Amino acid sequence: MNNKKRISIEDKLFTVTRKIDTESHIKVNQEKFKKDPNPAILYICPSKVYVKNEETGECIVNFENCLECGSCQVACRDYVVWDNPRGGTGVIFKYG
Amino acid sequence: MLCVLVPLQQSLGMEEKFDCIIIGAGPAGSAAAITLAQGGADVVVLEKGESPGSKNLFGGILFTTVLNKLIPNFLESAPIERHILRRKFGFIFGENETTLELRSEKFNCPPFNNTFTVLRSQFDKWFAAEAEKAGAQMFSGITVDNFIEKNGATVGIKSKGGDELFADVVINTEGANSLLAERAGMRKLMTPHNRVLTVKEILKLPKETIEDRFSVERDEGASVEYYGGAVKGMKGSAFIYTNKESISIGIGCTMDEMIEKNSGPNGILEHFKELPTISNYIKGGELLEYSTHMIPEDGYNNLPKLYKSGLLMAGDSAALINPSLYHEGTNLAMASGVCAGKTILEAKKRKDFSEKSLSQYQRKMEESFVLKDMKHFRKFLSFITNNRQFIDDYPKIFMEMLVDYFTISEMPKKAVRKAIIKKFLKNVNLLRLLYGMWRSKGALV
Repeated sequence: MNNKKRISIEDKLFTVTRKIDTESHIKVNQEKFKKDPNPAILYICPSKVYVKNEETGECIVNFENCLECGSCQVACRDYVVWDNPRGGTGVIFKYG
Repeated sequence: MLCVLVPLQQSLGMEEKFDCIIIGAGPAGSAAAITLAQGGADVVVLEKGESPGSKNLFGGILFTTVLNKLIPNFLESAPIERHILRRKFGFIFGENETTLELRSEKFNCPPFNNTFTVLRSQFDKWFAAEAEKAGAQMFSGITVDNFIEKNGATVGIKSKGGDELFADVVINTEGANSLLAERAGMRKLMTPHNRVLTVKEILKLPKETIEDRFSVERDEGASVEYYGGAVKGMKGSAFIYTNKESISIGIGCTMDEMIEKNSGPNGILEHFKELPTISNYIKGGELLEYSTHMIPEDGYNNLPKLYKSGLLMAGDSAALINPSLYHEGTNLAMASGVCAGKTILEAKKRKDFSEKSLSQYQRKMEESFVLKDMKHFRKFLSFITNNRQFIDDYPKIFMEMLVDYFTISEMPKKAVRKAIIKKFLKNVNLLRLLYGMWRSKGALV
């Protein structure tokens, strides 16, 4: 019905100004992640922070993509610990 | 611009104790800061973003009844985009769409129904500057990590950098992702059941194009909200709001349902954008910014604790949201900030910041429209959850009836009408409909 190509998350993320911290503000417990048959963070996260490494089964955390909604921790509290990035780092919305 | 690297205590003076520390320069924080500073209190606002507003966002509509009282001439200096003249509510299911549109000239003159589109990063920056003008100290780039407790009372904050700052009262206005409130046991854990997840895009369009497409002119604006198939039949809604030279388009749905249906928010937004009516609205729009945010929908019956000794909670961190068709949050945030500020000014006179003294905040909130409205709409979400037919079957059937009624054929109109009524009675349990409508009275409107 619709042939238009959707704009990718990567391209969407290009529009957001971010000051990337040197260390991650997100921690994932890999053992618990591996035991989840259908980890919600893989599709709930609006900015594709979480990607499953199909070979190792581990969760890759692209924390620099984070738009700081906090939904990952709410969805997967068993193995995601999300904290505020350090003061002044992270997203800087120009419009909001 | 800011002294992120300078230890906070040093820049503010060692051993200094404030009347009040406010966490977060959003609508609640700045409203509280203005109230306190105007009342002569020594108040400091700590903002985790690079500058006030840089981490703040919402769908796009600000109600200004509280702002009007705080800053009566705000229209002269606030970065307002447009006032909302046209309001449209619609359902989309499959090939069918129906909308209800309201436009009133009453909304087209001051105070413009107190309904405006704003871009939060810009608006919140302005609002924080107003708080500074009133005498509040504003520090950006400071993330608060924990409260400092002494004998059961909150006496200060500890920042991520390790700085400690002390005050008679702390107001927590950290926002929807209420980590501090959770850590301090002021609220139950955030769960997918009490959080809506939203994504939004700002699309740049020429002013003239916006005005043509939404039938507005000059500073007039439109709000368009869709339910049902627009958000894949989920509990939530999709929206378009007009700014001066851009539009805000987004969706928000409850997280539990997204998880149940394995459906991420961005996919729902893309689905919405591809609907024929919507793609006509946004055609040619250039993406300026993509953003996401949670909305706290704990509801009146599950509100976080609003106060304890030395601590008040306001805004989203206190889950102050009217989840009904009003989608009201920022106005409630400002109202709660003002109530918190007034409570502290009174407590300061009494020199008593105990839980009992600060309980006046709860009383003020109950007397204000904030908790009155939240109480009134306390059954809204549970009603929709338990009566899905109101956002699913009924609008769908109603729209099919309209389509049948207006489908031109050579079937005699009387027979058409008969067929429609027959189909309606077959699809709808009349008793259930009437019972539901009777019950919805107390929940939806």
